[in-house]
Amino acid sequence: MAALSISLPDPMFDGAPRAEFLGGVRAELPLLLGVVPFGLIFGVLGLAAGLPGWAVVLSSSLIFAGSSQVVFAQLWGGATPPPVMVATVGVVNLRHLLYSAAVAEYLRDLPWRWKLLLAYLLTDEAFAAAIGRLRDGPATAHRHWFLCGTGFTLWSGWQLSTLAGVLLGTAIPERWSLDFSIALTFLALLVLSVHRRSDAWAAIAAAAVVLPALALPHKLGLLVAAGVGIAVGMFMRRFDREKP
Amino acid sequence: MSTTALLLTMAACGLVTFLIRLSFIAFGRYLPDDPRIEAFLGYVPPAILGALIGPEIFMLGGNLNATPDNPRLWAALVALLVARLTRSVLPTIAAGMAALWAIQAWLA
Repeated sequence: MAALSISLPDPMFDGAPRAEFLGGVRAELPLLLGVVPFGLIFGVLGLAAGLPGWAVVLSSSLIFAGSSQVVFAQLWGGATPPPVMVATVGVVNLRHLLYSAAVAEYLRDLPWRWKLLLAYLLTDEAFAAAIGRLRDGPATAHRHWFLCGTGFTLWSGWQLSTLAGVLLGTAIPERWSLDFSIALTFLALLVLSVHRRSDAWAAIAAAAVVLPALALPHKLGLLVAAGVGIAVGMFMRRFDREKP
Repeated sequence: MSTTALLLTMAACGLVTFLIRLSFIAFGRYLPDDPRIEAFLGYVPPAILGALIGPEIFMLGGNLNATPDNPRLWAALVALLVARLTRSVLPTIAAGMAALWAIQAWLA
């Protein structure tokens, strides 16, 4: 069915594709401050984990999800069976289902090529920078260009910073402990994802279980720990003060 | 493992990630609208992030160190405090790295 937009073209608000796209670029730029160091470190870490340089760079466009790329490199270095690697990357990226659900209603009437492109670009940071515009901004026919702008900006920053990390390679001394900034990025994202007591219990349970679970065969530890964390969160939900 | 195996595994990981992102955008009307699934999905981010953070703080070079003389433990606590106060990624990274460097310099 063709796009049936009932919003009238308002010269004040109906942003042209170009204006929407540039708006998305502008909204994304501050987030690159956190993304570029992450990409640099991932490039360095990927090499250290034993991936060839081309594979580190390729994973940034083929997988294009930072935290799961770190996990991919670590699991590859540990000679993990490929099915476990794919399952673990899938679980790490499962939260993107929530983003997909949140933007779906704004992209409903777009042709398939747009849906495919915007799904590919739907990362944590592109979503975070665009959802405000999509949800609260004027419902114009070209608003998906905003998401395209945030996604494209993030994609470019991620590719270039990964490449730079691979080229810098071992030039960054190990005593700087730059790999710790990945843990800190996860920590900041974790605090942002905790809204209720039960969210915190899910995280604490997973963090406690993962240490002994790392000894499990076939590198299943991360999957098991995440499963236990989710189960504990679901159980503790009944004790939350307010219902979600 | 071979280059082919690496490429295929990476491509499969990319495909799974892409399909997760495509799910509701493309097939929303065919997917179940169940509050239990929504509740389940809500616990995925904290659980997976907790599982990712644990080893980053307590495992160094393949050895478990969950004692107070692990500098990363204290740096992570500083970062946690800053994250709760600012609810922002950059100050959290900055505070955590500064704390780690300070502790390492102090111990050196």
